[in-house]
Amino acid sequence: MAGPAALPLLRRPRVQRIVYPGLVAIVLIAVWQGLVTGLALPPYLVPSPWLMLKTLITDWAPLGAALLVTLEITVLAFVAATVIGVLISFLFVQSRLIETALFPYAVLLQVTPIVAVAPLIIIWVKDPTASMVICAALVALFPIISNTTLGLRSIDPDLQSYFRMNRATRWQTLVRLRIPSALPYFFGGLRISSGLALIGAVVAEFVAGTGGTGAGLAYQILQAGFRLNIPRMFAALLLISLTGVALFAAMAWLTTRALGAWHASESSHE
Amino acid sequence: MMRDDAGAAAAAVEVLSAEKTYPDGTRALQPVDLRIEEGEFVTLLGPSGCGKSTLLKMIAGLLAPSDGRVLRWRQPASLTESSAHRLAFVFQAPTLMPWASVQANVRLPLDLAGVARAEADARVVDALALVGLARFADRLPRALSGGMQMRVSIARGLVTQPQLLLMDEPFGALDEITRHKLDADLLALWAAKKLTVVFVTHSIHEAVFLSTRVVMMAARPGRVVETFHIDEPYPRSADFMVSPQFSRYARQLQDSLLRASSDTTEAGA
Repeated sequence: MAGPAALPLLRRPRVQRIVYPGLVAIVLIAVWQGLVTGLALPPYLVPSPWLMLKTLITDWAPLGAALLVTLEITVLAFVAATVIGVLISFLFVQSRLIETALFPYAVLLQVTPIVAVAPLIIIWVKDPTASMVICAALVALFPIISNTTLGLRSIDPDLQSYFRMNRATRWQTLVRLRIPSALPYFFGGLRISSGLALIGAVVAEFVAGTGGTGAGLAYQILQAGFRLNIPRMFAALLLISLTGVALFAAMAWLTTRALGAWHASESSHE
Repeated sequence: MMRDDAGAAAAAVEVLSAEKTYPDGTRALQPVDLRIEEGEFVTLLGPSGCGKSTLLKMIAGLLAPSDGRVLRWRQPASLTESSAHRLAFVFQAPTLMPWASVQANVRLPLDLAGVARAEADARVVDALALVGLARFADRLPRALSGGMQMRVSIARGLVTQPQLLLMDEPFGALDEITRHKLDADLLALWAAKKLTVVFVTHSIHEAVFLSTRVVMMAARPGRVVETFHIDEPYPRSADFMVSPQFSRYARQLQDSLLRASSDTTEAGA
């Protein structure tokens, strides 16, 4: 249907990026459905995709509420990690001494498994939402710090000399040179951190195990597991995965919007 | 001071036994004495490692000599010293801000100096017209060819109306045809604006074509070997490049370069 001037529909990168993964999904779902039906697997072991979808709709009331809770924790943690991470990066680039002194602790924060720390945080912080946000933020913090610090330091040395030669103030150099140079790295950090914030939120919910009105998707998975309600477990899992994909897509979109015009990594595949 | 007023033009740059030794003992440049008069076009010519960029950066005030002094219009060359004589530096790479338009890149030194918006804009228009890029003001650097990016870099240098233009192998990465064109344009600008230019290159032909004087340097250790005056009237056309005089100058420089390298070989053996 495409005009002779345009590329055939299936040759366009944009279409390919949707069609090919879509085909894989259709094949996988078909195989899954086929196996479940063919081998007559009971739904308490593996539900069929169709049953999962049905559960998602019938159980939407608890699942939707849980999704909102998990989303809230994820987004709050992500925003907190971004703000704090950027502030710490600015601190780091102010002097090598500060960075040398503090960077090992940033690494320590990163390598300590959050599952091990989460119980402590949950004991110390009374409000369950706040404690879970803190856990998730801790997980999401490091990529922001390391990427933004790297970015703020990754300046073309000649351009830096040029600023010095023109007697640019510290502030001018920061605003006109360091921050724009750091943006691609910063957005790279955002992309990683958005996913980590979700992982952190889910882990924190698992550890906290809070029920009641403030129950997130992880709690739904736990509860469904206890009751052997495997279709609901799958439905909750699907929601978590979709949330992660949506976060990643949102970050990719934001990156393109912010850098699209000039940064090579964004414009090479136009 | 009185002495100068009587006769010769004022010295734009004086290098007085300036040398550069790095803390690890690497000797980048042996003591150099060099006096560059206002209005000269001086080329620092030599192989890589001869300290020509080091010398240029000392003149710019980007590097401090480890011994000796560098003066610009009798003021010590440093970044902190403010001087009535403006200087512009053009790097080997265009060194533009990739996120900013051509216009914004050229306006950068004016923005940093706090020049009022309206005046800055007018001067940017003039500078872009000088390098023939008026139509490309709104483009991003990556949309331009290498030669055009270099022109933007030169426009950014000229927008501050400098008296002294320091260029560090500015056309080294360009193809030969583009380089010839930019060399010719640079000479026209030099004459029109009565600039003093210090130009670093490793191309003998470029040095002969451009300069009033060529300072020949050699490597290991970096040092000044000889100075040649190119007594050829301006404007110099492409015909000059195929003339017998041109070949003679090029030959002289070539021989000097070979002699300097053979000295090094013997010293090293």
